Amino acid sequence: MSPLLEARGLVQQYTSGKSLFGKPDIVRAVDGIDLTVTRGEVLGIVGESGSGKSTLGRMLLGLETPFSGEVLYHGQPMPAPRTEQWRRLRAQMQLIFQDPLAALDRRMTIAAQIAEPLEIHGLAKGAEVTDRVAALMARVGLRRDQADRYPHELSGGQRQRVVIARALATNPGFLVCDEPVSALDVSIQAQVVNLLRDLQEQDGLTMVFISHDLKVVRNICDRVAVMYLGRVVEEAPSDSIFAEPRHPYTQALVSSIPLAGQGLEGRIILRGEPPNPAARPSGCAFHPRCRFADASCTVQVPPLENHGGRLAACLKLPRAPRLAA
Amino acid sequence: MADTAVPAPAPSLLTRTRLRMPWLVVLAVAWIVLMVLTAIFADWLRPHDITRMNLSVRLAPLGTPGHWLGTDELGRDVLSRLIQSIRVSLVIAFGSTILSAAFGTTLGFLAAQFRGWVEHLVMALADFQAALPFMIMSLAVLAFFGSSMVLLVCLMGFYGWERYARIARGLAISASAQGYAAAVVQLGAKPSRVYLRHILPNVASTLIVSTTLTFPEIILMESGLSFLGLGVQPPESSLGNMVGFGREYLTRAPWIMLAPSAVIVMTTLSISLLGDWLRDRLDPTIR
Amino acid sequence: MLRFTLAKIARAGLTILLVMTFAFIVLRMSGDPAQVLLGPDAPQDAVDAFRERWGLNDPLWQQYLAYLQQILNFDFGISMRDQSPAIDLVLERVPATLAITVPALILKVCIGIPAGVYAALHRDSIADRGVIMMSIFGFTIPSFVLALVLVLVFAVTLDWLPSGGQDTWRHAILPIATLSIGGIGILARFSRSAMIEVLGQPYIRTAMAKGLPWREVVWKHALPNAAIPIITLVGFMVGALIAGAVVVESIFSWPGVGRLIVVSVSNRDLAVVQCLLLVIAASMVLANLCVDFAYGLLDPRLRQKRTQ
Repeated sequence: MSPLLEARGLVQQYTSGKSLFGKPDIVRAVDGIDLTVTRGEVLGIVGESGSGKSTLGRMLLGLETPFSGEVLYHGQPMPAPRTEQWRRLRAQMQLIFQDPLAALDRRMTIAAQIAEPLEIHGLAKGAEVTDRVAALMARVGLRRDQADRYPHELSGGQRQRVVIARALATNPGFLVCDEPVSALDVSIQAQVVNLLRDLQEQDGLTMVFISHDLKVVRNICDRVAVMYLGRVVEEAPSDSIFAEPRHPYTQALVSSIPLAGQGLEGRIILRGEPPNPAARPSGCAFHPRCRFADASCTVQVPPLENHGGRLAACLKLPRAPRLAA
Repeated sequence: MADTAVPAPAPSLLTRTRLRMPWLVVLAVAWIVLMVLTAIFADWLRPHDITRMNLSVRLAPLGTPGHWLGTDELGRDVLSRLIQSIRVSLVIAFGSTILSAAFGTTLGFLAAQFRGWVEHLVMALADFQAALPFMIMSLAVLAFFGSSMVLLVCLMGFYGWERYARIARGLAISASAQGYAAAVVQLGAKPSRVYLRHILPNVASTLIVSTTLTFPEIILMESGLSFLGLGVQPPESSLGNMVGFGREYLTRAPWIMLAPSAVIVMTTLSISLLGDWLRDRLDPTIR
Repeated sequence: MLRFTLAKIARAGLTILLVMTFAFIVLRMSGDPAQVLLGPDAPQDAVDAFRERWGLNDPLWQQYLAYLQQILNFDFGISMRDQSPAIDLVLERVPATLAITVPALILKVCIGIPAGVYAALHRDSIADRGVIMMSIFGFTIPSFVLALVLVLVFAVTLDWLPSGGQDTWRHAILPIATLSIGGIGILARFSRSAMIEVLGQPYIRTAMAKGLPWREVVWKHALPNAAIPIITLVGFMVGALIAGAVVVESIFSWPGVGRLIVVSVSNRDLAVVQCLLLVIAASMVLANLCVDFAYGLLDPRLRQKRTQ
């Protein structure tokens, strides 16, 4: 399996709250990430809000230029945003948004919006457009008679189906789903995740699936990367990460997934403040909330190392007790 | 930011819209339609030529047969001159409003698209425009260049553009930041498509409501300049210069001045009422 | 705070410079003052002498630089018509203009704001509708129409007041009335909508929910917040004190700045027109500057942001 997408040393930082006396605060949203996405796989990216996962997704798509590091797609560097080359590349990579209502133009019918990528990239003309739109709508489970509806006339789940249909219109090779179901009702979430999984399996789509919700990720991903304050702390195949999480943060996340028929005992409660990228702790960024942290964790930044087929970044890892699965 | 408004009217607002217009707004719309029709069909409606003098019926009062609105100091028919003036004033006001809206919206979109120094420049120009004693500048320009219709329309076209620029910039930035516009850019659309097919239709209602603020102001500005003798020049006539010339006969023939005055007031009043109603219904975010 | 102040002042200065540059270019491009002042029949050597004397033969940029330098030395040029310094001509007209615009502004503020606030507090009452109607009339009637109607009624028909001139205080009544009526309408409408917007805010509902007396809610919570947009508009009106009476002064033959504008513009008296533009732009920019600083005092959010 060849890598479709490679990220090397990605860093993104923002200057925020420029104070009047000219000392801008620099916030590192993403702080040195290496990732490889192989063709046909679904990579999950999990983290709390503020962990930099959406920024990472946008950089993987080339929507943002990284502060340093590079993204290679088919071995080629990502063209600069909004250039002609970049625009052509959009036909091959697409984004599915968190809030479908915001991502859709409320003054256009959904058929017109699904047809847009075809028009933009000159992929179809005339009656062919209508046919392809109808086919796309059928694929994502929208009824034919909904073609002339406006976004606000549809339910949240249906709107997300429109967004998915629009993203698939150009037959992209790579799809980033940024929290695609977190704005939806829980009852609808499973339907949309199943749809995405079916589409992925039919087309062999390569996907990056960003979510704060482990349950959702477990359903669809082949491999999962867990992020904490702009860094990957653990990366492993989906089955093993859920069966046997190694990093203390992953352990806490996994233990928080409710299981039917089980009580709440054994849950690891995280102490302390939720991560704030503007005030990154020294050493291992997770140490203020970690149950195993000691003095060395406050000074030394743990590298992401191979521990028996998985990557994890924790100084205590060799000695950290395994969580009983 | 104070000037970034909500992207588009929420549909819930539309459902709250009372579809029935209040009678005052109906009257206002009727008056506006009447004025527009008058302007379009002025050539057929005029009973007399506007420059034809008839010294035997100078300063004829209201209700004189054949001259229902009386005649002026040269025996010219006031009604005919009024109809022609409505056309001239409306053409100037429409032309200028469209110029101003197009100019301002374009600059606002440019600022939103390029940000950086372009945005700084546009906003600095907008501040400059707002701080400008516009009426005085117009007086000077018209006096020094000599008045002509084209110059007048272009000059008035600079009036109020900064309002459109600020609104267009604010709405375009908020659209590109989180919403539908970012989604379309991400699909690979060129800026022209993003702005013309997506952002413009979405902000159009707000911009149209803003024109109802600018339009009466432009009518007032043009008639003020014409009143001072610097706007529309004889033999052409506009509502403002009819009032200006009628002023001389205020005591002997007040109708010369009152008829165009009434038209100005009715027109600006109607547009303001309609604009108020539209704003309440469509877009309460602007004042 | 210092940085903020300096930036504001720099911007104000830039605006004035832009106005001056714009005026200079437009006025110099538009025709030959020598021809206008001396008349089309003037002998050529008289025209040449005139051009030489006023520096009209130099390249435009030299005239511009010389002009800027003069301004920096507070020398605003000499009126081409009666040889007196332009700034004197302008300044001697200012008191007359202020004599009608200041009382008009006081009337606008003292009637317009309370009327607007009252209408907002008694929404949909008869008083509210009255205020709305009056205010819409107030700003859709052009000042020249209003002035002529007032003259027609009070000077011509009733013969209570003089129709023009500046001899007694009675002469000032109609100009002041004309100037204030429109402004009262604008201010009332603006205050009303600012107040209504504030009254709809969650913190007002909170204040009411915790049982504060209505009077206190209005005075302590609603009015200070509604004051900010209203102050902006009043500041704008202050800025227009000098230039806002062009039409009214023309109608009532009131010898103020507005008359001077019309007269010197039609005489093409470059020095006076430029001086007028500078004084007017400066007064507007200064008023805006004051409003910006007044914000800082009124709005604790802005105040804090600046001192951080």
